[in-house]
Amino acid sequence: MKILTGNDLRSGAVVWWDGSGWSLHVAQAADVGHDGDVIAAREVAARAVVSPYVIDGEKVDGEVRPAHIKDRIRALGPTVRLDLSLKPADPAAGDWVI
Amino acid sequence: MADVQFRFRDDEPVADPAVTVDAFGDQTNASAVRLEPGDDAAALIPHLERLRLVEVNFPVWTDGRGYSAARTLREAGYTGELRAVGDVLIDQLNQMRRCGFDSFAPSHELDADDAAAAFARWPHVYQATGDGRPAIWALRHAQ
Amino acid sequence: MYKYDSYDQAMVDARVAEFRDQTRRRLEGHLTEDQFRPLRLMNGLYLQLHAYMLRVAVPYGTLSSAQMRMLGDIADKYDRGYGHFTTRQNIQYNWIKLEDAPDILADLATVEMHAIQTSGNCIRNISSDQYAGAVADEIVDPRPYAELLRQWSSFHPEFLALPRKFKIAVIASETDRAAMRLHDIGIKLVRNAAGELGAAFYVGGGMGRTPMIAPLIREFVPLDQLITYSEACLRVYNRHGRRDNKYKARIKILVHELGKEEYTRQVEAEFAHLLNQDIEPPLAELARIKAQFVDPPFAAGLPDAVDRSDPDFALWVDRNTLAHKAPGYAVAVVSLKPVGGIPGDATADQIRLMADLAREYSFDELRVTHAQNIVFPHVRKADLHALWSKLEAAGLGTPNLDQIGDIIACPGLDYCSLANARSIPVAQKISERFAANGKQDAIGELKLKISGCINACGHHHAGHIGILGVDRKGTENYQLLLGGSEGADCSLGTITGPGFSEDGVVDAIEKATDLYLEQRQDGERFLDTFRRIGMAPFKDKIYG
Ligand code: SF4
Repeated sequence: MKILTGNDLRSGAVVWWDGSGWSLHVAQAADVGHDGDVIAAREVAARAVVSPYVIDGEKVDGEVRPAHIKDRIRALGPTVRLDLSLKPADPAAGDWVI
Repeated sequence: MADVQFRFRDDEPVADPAVTVDAFGDQTNASAVRLEPGDDAAALIPHLERLRLVEVNFPVWTDGRGYSAARTLREAGYTGELRAVGDVLIDQLNQMRRCGFDSFAPSHELDADDAAAAFARWPHVYQATGDGRPAIWALRHAQ
Repeated sequence: MYKYDSYDQAMVDARVAEFRDQTRRRLEGHLTEDQFRPLRLMNGLYLQLHAYMLRVAVPYGTLSSAQMRMLGDIADKYDRGYGHFTTRQNIQYNWIKLEDAPDILADLATVEMHAIQTSGNCIRNISSDQYAGAVADEIVDPRPYAELLRQWSSFHPEFLALPRKFKIAVIASETDRAAMRLHDIGIKLVRNAAGELGAAFYVGGGMGRTPMIAPLIREFVPLDQLITYSEACLRVYNRHGRRDNKYKARIKILVHELGKEEYTRQVEAEFAHLLNQDIEPPLAELARIKAQFVDPPFAAGLPDAVDRSDPDFALWVDRNTLAHKAPGYAVAVVSLKPVGGIPGDATADQIRLMADLAREYSFDELRVTHAQNIVFPHVRKADLHALWSKLEAAGLGTPNLDQIGDIIACPGLDYCSLANARSIPVAQKISERFAANGKQDAIGELKLKISGCINACGHHHAGHIGILGVDRKGTENYQLLLGGSEGADCSLGTITGPGFSEDGVVDAIEKATDLYLEQRQDGERFLDTFRRIGMAPFKDKIYG
């Protein structure tokens, strides 16, 4: 699948296109097919997002998994500060990025 | 050809079309020349007498060679119009002015209020660049 | 320490207003991201993996207590309760909101701080010797010269759109503690045969993709020509530095391609011209700045003895303190490298505690080192135990300065959008391994440096042992380098061979250090043994 991601212009937070808006959670990322660039251009013009880009991903056990480790770390948060990540209660969350 | 939007000179604007540095060498009556980033401003120094306009092109504002070109010309005694053209943006106006530019022809018209704020932004300057503003060190040791 | 006068304050305040206005124009849509990016970078604001990151300048690494306290408060107020001290003596915050950035700069300005030119293709924060003014081997305190250069380079209108970033270091001793020759310009204060003070200029060093040690281009620039000579060096670079390829845009490539002689010739010609342009501040300005770097009022007649009855304290004294130029005083270094910790990170509370301790024990002054540690430059030996006790209680008493656990590590793929691999987990595993196997003390001085990509922010080329993270078909892989040094004996490390996994590189380092322990001769450091016996036996041991 193709996923559209970027950072929220104001907060800088990592965001994922969920089909109708931006989500903090990669699990909600939609398959944008061939529309990624069009959505990205529109969202940049609307000043919702900064530096958007389309990546490859796949659904693994119903979870969306970005193809590259960099985007998996973006999806989770710093692996060395899981307390600040999106899964602070899961001590093994870092294993997901590898 | 973009219009001159800001000009800090009292003389009449030069209407002559600016020629390239190469053409300038051949056309002994040309009084306006256009410098590209890779051109050597020092090559114009022997001809300053007949120059009334130098346009310095900034194809992208992040290419700062034009700043050195401007200072090189001013330091050599050039007093004619020095015009920044091309990708000239609000946030570069002041530093261009400090390097000796006295007219500005941005490829896209700039917001007049934002530009006025940019020209007036800095109460003082740390460096002597020949633009007439005294450096802070000169003010500190003025007595 | 340097105190702003009304001019300095007005400039920093104007910068805050300018950035506030730029941010407004960005948020209102008058600036595109392409237009805004270089502007925010010149105010230290990056877009990193998880958020905006703000890098705050610590000019030549010197901080007052009030400034340090503000750094802690900012971590709480605008970030997530911690900051990261960087390999260029700065601090950065990882979770900044664009909308907050102007307010942070305004808060910083109240304590004479800023984020000016901490990124972007301009002259960056000037770095210097972290022990300046405290140790006996310097010929003068280098910081006044760094301050003179700071003012000259701040908002220099000709040099705000250079081909690439530009880093300057200033030192004043034979022992190079600032990796001076790995900078775009390294300035070393020297005395000429007549005993006059001046500056030697080394130009064209750097790390990154093509590491180079800067050649000496001029042995002696008189003090009243320092700015003029620097300006000549920069102008030649601004005009002729490559702009066609960002990997070839640093001045080291220009100096290398032109050759040192031709680059120097052009600089000298420009210098001769600029000498007639009246751009040099008068020596009175240098004198004004120097007057603010006088020694603090050291007490006379203090005892030199330290009560070593507490063995943990004695160990910390041996590891983390250095001789001071004044009798009865010591330089104390706080290692931000606890076993298994994140190199360079400190919590807001730790930062404020260090601020308070500096006020109490170190004449209100602290330093940030390029090795990501914090220095109390002027501590009475009689106060060392009290200082250590309070540091220790806050997790800041790790006794490992310059040992294998005192690792320099860049943020790597946990934070940095340019990274290929994570740096911090490798650092954590190495420090844990060597804490557990008990070999750290036996090994002694060993500078280990990790970068998460070829940009080399972790100075891996200059590590006795260096690690470079690379991307091998989507997985993290680590190259190992041996034999680098950043000091006066500056050298670049050599890659051992094929790369390793994260665990593999930790094993390889243990093998390399084991070989060193077997082979070393009287008093040799790891680096000395490596230089004596060469790479081959290390390769055999690591890959054999
Ligand atoms: S070395 Fe690379 S990964 Fe590390 S901080 Fe620098 S750019 Fe980022």
